[in-house]
Amino acid sequence: MKVFKVSSVELDAMMQEWSKVHRVYAPVLAKQPATSSDCAPGWRRVDGGSALTLSTGPTPASVKSFFFPQPETLLTYTLENNHPDKGLMREPAKSKKMQVVVGVRPCDARSVLLNNLPYQEDPFFQANRQRTALVGFTCEQTLSTCFCSQMGGSPFGSEGLDLAFSRTQDGFIVEVGTAKGEVLMAGLDLAPAEESEISALASRRSTGGKADATELDTLKGSELGRLYDAPMWKSLGESCINCGACTFICPTCYCFDIQDEVVRGQGRRIRYWDSCMFPLYSLHTSGHNPRGQKVQRTRNRFLHKLKYFPDRFGPFSCVGCGRCVQDCPVNIDIREVMSDLLAVE
Amino acid sequence: MPTINETVSEEIRAQARKLLEDGTVAAVIGYGSGSLPMTVKPLVVRSPEDCRKLIWNTFCVLNLANYLPATLKSVEPPRGPRDPKPEGPLPKVAICATGCWSRSIVVQIQEHQVARDRVVVLGVGSRGMVSRRKVEALFGGREILAVEEGDHDLIIQGADFSETINRWDVVRDNCQTCTHPDPVLVDVRIGEPVSERKNPNPFIQVDALEQKSGDGRWAWFTEEFATCIRCYACRNACPLCYCPTCFVDDAKPQWVGKSLDAVDTGLFHILRAYHCAGRCTDCGTCETVCPKGINMRMLTKKLNKDVLNLYGIEAGMQPDAPLPLTTYAMDDPQQFMANEPGSGKEGK
Repeated sequence: MKVFKVSSVELDAMMQEWSKVHRVYAPVLAKQPATSSDCAPGWRRVDGGSALTLSTGPTPASVKSFFFPQPETLLTYTLENNHPDKGLMREPAKSKKMQVVVGVRPCDARSVLLNNLPYQEDPFFQANRQRTALVGFTCEQTLSTCFCSQMGGSPFGSEGLDLAFSRTQDGFIVEVGTAKGEVLMAGLDLAPAEESEISALASRRSTGGKADATELDTLKGSELGRLYDAPMWKSLGESCINCGACTFICPTCYCFDIQDEVVRGQGRRIRYWDSCMFPLYSLHTSGHNPRGQKVQRTRNRFLHKLKYFPDRFGPFSCVGCGRCVQDCPVNIDIREVMSDLLAVE
Repeated sequence: MPTINETVSEEIRAQARKLLEDGTVAAVIGYGSGSLPMTVKPLVVRSPEDCRKLIWNTFCVLNLANYLPATLKSVEPPRGPRDPKPEGPLPKVAICATGCWSRSIVVQIQEHQVARDRVVVLGVGSRGMVSRRKVEALFGGREILAVEEGDHDLIIQGADFSETINRWDVVRDNCQTCTHPDPVLVDVRIGEPVSERKNPNPFIQVDALEQKSGDGRWAWFTEEFATCIRCYACRNACPLCYCPTCFVDDAKPQWVGKSLDAVDTGLFHILRAYHCAGRCTDCGTCETVCPKGINMRMLTKKLNKDVLNLYGIEAGMQPDAPLPLTTYAMDDPQQFMANEPGSGKEGK
């Protein structure tokens, strides 16, 4: 793997260079509406001038919306009478232009790989993935709500990143992880990183505490019936208000629904974010709702992340970014849910 | 010396334990401690032993009345939807309530969602609840690891700092403009009563918005709601939103689009606010729970002002009074009538 040395000034210049040919995005730290119509909420388009500022811990909004836009137009059509194409579904022209997301944290980079497991054959997710490059920054500091290493990640991880920046004493070293990363680095005249800096990062990685991941892994072997019937769900479901905040801010919640919207004869078929917290999510056409009670929906969200998903795909569907821990209106803390589950007899 | 809220916590625990032990109530709705600084967990306690988990502090920002109808239902003997109501009185539920929460309970009683004789209100005079967001904003991104609460100060601690701030400065906007901090329903008094606040203008934030031009207000509205992710936390945390199926969840017919289109988002917020007209007690929960910090409370606050000006009513002050929007009086203002004096003045 190629590793280069980059100063902060060079980083700004790199972003300027990229923004001339690609769409470049950086996280918004304050509450601010999207700066352009193609921009995901919580991110801003970088088109000159503004340097990158990152806060400790995950970016306020996850990178999910670059791969799984809210909403994504799948097909368009017209219902105008006498129109020769009336009722014909067409794929909308979509930009193939590369989008470069700068400022991604290792947790979010890993979330894309996890979401890729169920979306392996999803053409829309894959197209977005193909045209998106992730430029990430490893975490020299974490928040008290961060628990990525418990979920199998690492604050210093470069998994899923095309370019991974890590702080050194006088700037960064950048690891070029993929072909997309190579494209971004092409034509830039940068010095290779020094051996001492590379080995310093490697040693931070090896001491970066992966040990606690093993304890949680026992959950994967637990019998589902026991977890499902655990008494803990009753009190958890009682305090949960069943809003969709956790699912929408979560980088690894990937459920959607599809609808047709028609405005003045012009129709579009959209796929939009859905949440297993909402009763409508599981409502059958017959009127029956297999998860009609709040407690069933709360349980589903956690068991999906911690049991169903690993049973099917291997890893947990959680990267430990801690956004839900911070933002849950009633302080449902997934770390407490996990330790309660581990204690289930 | 214990702080006011430590004393209140102790009294809540003692009263809850007594009510559960002597069988007066089957459950107590209160708060337990949270996993992060400045957070608390709503808690339903069903056994005297669990009462030790109950706490009270300055971060109790969610209106607990939201949990009342479901908790009342949960303590009833199980029965099918068509089975008759069991004979004899149904079990009671105790609930901690401040001024605005108790007024929400009154609205629930007026609207027949809650039976007065099944509720035991543990009335707590509110000293104003602190906005976690305001505290965090003061420390601009530096992580807060512990907060110690005094009666008038908060000691905020991080990895490399410890600062004392004035509590009232970070009290939520709705609490700062509140005039009825003491509960209007009290079955068991907790702590000392808090006197009515003489607030020169409880609608000061709304007035500032109203002074903007039509375009200015529209700009405020579009910008304020642009970051909404449609998680419905504002709706679900609200004790007034108890419809079995909300209009946004209706599928046949569907009233509102599902994407983040500004028209759909705006429609949701305006309709949600209007559904609360004459019922909202400005408890501030909607604003507090919003993960995006949207100030949707301004909409309901404006409607509170209108209802007060038009009908002289503040929601939930009297259990036996009719609801302002379901009653009619001969002298009701009717500026909406085309030939009425004063009509048409509100146009752009």
